[in-house]
Amino acid sequence: MDIHEYQAKEILSSFGVTIPRGGIVYSPETAENKAREIGGSKWVVKAQIHSGARGKAGGIIVCNSPLEVAQATDKLLGKKLITNQTGPEGKIVNRIYIEEATDIEKELYLGLVFDRSSESIMVVASTEGGMSVEEIAKEKPETIIRSKIEVAVGIQNFQARELAFGLGIEPELIRRASETIIGCAKAFSELDATMVEVNPLVISKQKQILALDCKMSFDNNAMFRRDKVSELRDKTQEDEKEVYASDRGLNYVSLEGNIGNIINGAGLAMASMDMIKLAGGEPANFLDVGGGATPEKIVKAFRLITMDKKVKVILVNIFAGINRCDWVAEGIVQALEKIEVKVPLVIRLAGTNVEKGNKILQDSKLNYIEANTLEDAANKAVAALK
Amino acid sequence: MAVIIQKDTKILIQGFTGKMGTFHAEEMIKYGSNVVGGVTPGKGGQKHLDRPVFNTVKDAVQETGATASILFVPPAFAADSAMEAADAGIKTCVAIVDGIPSHDMIRIKRYMRRYSRKEKMTLVGPNCAGIISPGKSMLGIMPGHIYKEGRVGIISRSGTLGYEAAQQLKNLNIGVSTSVGIGGDPINGSSFRDIIEKFETDDETDVILMIGEIGGPQEVAAGEFAKENMKKPIIGYIAGLTAPKGRVMGHAGAIVSAYGESAVEKVELLKDCGVTISKNPSVMGETVKEVLDRK
Repeated sequence: MDIHEYQAKEILSSFGVTIPRGGIVYSPETAENKAREIGGSKWVVKAQIHSGARGKAGGIIVCNSPLEVAQATDKLLGKKLITNQTGPEGKIVNRIYIEEATDIEKELYLGLVFDRSSESIMVVASTEGGMSVEEIAKEKPETIIRSKIEVAVGIQNFQARELAFGLGIEPELIRRASETIIGCAKAFSELDATMVEVNPLVISKQKQILALDCKMSFDNNAMFRRDKVSELRDKTQEDEKEVYASDRGLNYVSLEGNIGNIINGAGLAMASMDMIKLAGGEPANFLDVGGGATPEKIVKAFRLITMDKKVKVILVNIFAGINRCDWVAEGIVQALEKIEVKVPLVIRLAGTNVEKGNKILQDSKLNYIEANTLEDAANKAVAALK
Repeated sequence: MAVIIQKDTKILIQGFTGKMGTFHAEEMIKYGSNVVGGVTPGKGGQKHLDRPVFNTVKDAVQETGATASILFVPPAFAADSAMEAADAGIKTCVAIVDGIPSHDMIRIKRYMRRYSRKEKMTLVGPNCAGIISPGKSMLGIMPGHIYKEGRVGIISRSGTLGYEAAQQLKNLNIGVSTSVGIGGDPINGSSFRDIIEKFETDDETDVILMIGEIGGPQEVAAGEFAKENMKKPIIGYIAGLTAPKGRVMGHAGAIVSAYGESAVEKVELLKDCGVTISKNPSVMGETVKEVLDRK
């Protein structure tokens, strides 16, 4: 789960990280006042969407008066911002964060992620803040320094100090820099985060160490014990169909193609999509109805896929194990009594009682194309497009 | 001797009396697995499916001599149950459960470092289908009858894709020595590398089919290990050609976040390690057959 910049800043601030003064507004009317409240003579108006690279998309505006702040807020609110991370649909701006402008002396990069190789938390830092970590890794890999946190004891002072010295921070600021790094690490560990990124972490001309932009992501599997974090979810930033799916226990990812998929199991779903691609088609979605493929889930899956207007063919691929094919077939027949499907439907069943399952489908009034293997299913789905 | 579990391996069900635990315990018993009892805290002393229920894994191990367990406890309690199994002397624990927080998985693995290599429990999963040695024992939730007895070792992150492979092999009249589902989470109890190492020394396995997917460094780490240390041929397939970068594809661990984690990159890196690649998921069985025929 992702959260907004201002939410991540509030969290990190509660862990002892310094952030510039700022406040959130939902309307231009309150923006002017908020700017006065924050004080100073220069402000940054920042569109709050779940994406990086907002600056290039026009989502960050520097203002020199409270009136300009109001105008910038007016300009951004309700707008869809398209960045290189949002896809062509973009993301809607419903919240604006207003922040005092910072006199930047130096921009650094600080990130924390799970390292799957060492199965620990990895701190990644670089002197090249402001660029994405991918760009840094490509263009200035020699500036990247790393430190592994031993989860049993948490980050140690010496590790934070080593990182701070490694970033070339001047001696009188080392202590504050270490505290900042430790604060981020604690937030990561204590809140079940999967990513904390402060980019840039800046040293201001006034010799303050400030988190200028922050991103945090959290482990969805841990939300049951993170009430406060889960409250920060903003569904307006997620794909409508993905929200519908996740609220119904389906694993769904919206894609660009036109062949809709209903599959049981994440691996089989990815494999079926691979077959579609190899057959010359493009999947409209990833959808895993779960290993069990219960009739209720299949009904929900058909509802979801038929909501997607770009779908021109639906491919159902179910490997029935303990839940036999005959039972799955009955589920499909029941689902299609409730939901009208106007596009060609290809069904491939495999596993236990496959003959019985196919017989049930054949004997029903269903208008569908039967497929036998993964390859057959993909070929028939692509052929049905024409 | 099969890898990991044998016909007579004594099995405990953790979360025995729950709906999931009961259903799959019955399936395992039907298959012929030696289920000797189970654990549900607070229900010790009762009988369930004609087998004793214990309050703690320690009690159960002491009374039954069980060496393997399978977890059907909710994700919030799974880490605790896995550590309890490790501490009670269980040698193989399969965690079926989907949804264990990653921070908990790291904690389990750190906890297990207190045991010497010899005493250390093999944890398989979480978010997996479990282990089956066809004709011998099933410590998992797979449909047992799709696996024919034979000499191919299967390791798969995905459950259903592992079934697909077993079915393709069966259709070609090829059997399986052991199939291990290692699970779709970012941090697994056992990695591909851990399991291929076991297959290398297994006298019942001739070739290994490794079914991976996008995300994480595991498949390539296993390939590099195999290149240096293994003689048995490995056939690989990586699912997720069409997966966009940065999106979680169902499995929490199926996300491309760095170089080498996409399907295309993994395939290239595995080829360099001498792994034979199944060019699509429809020909996993045929690719295994070609390699077997070459032998």
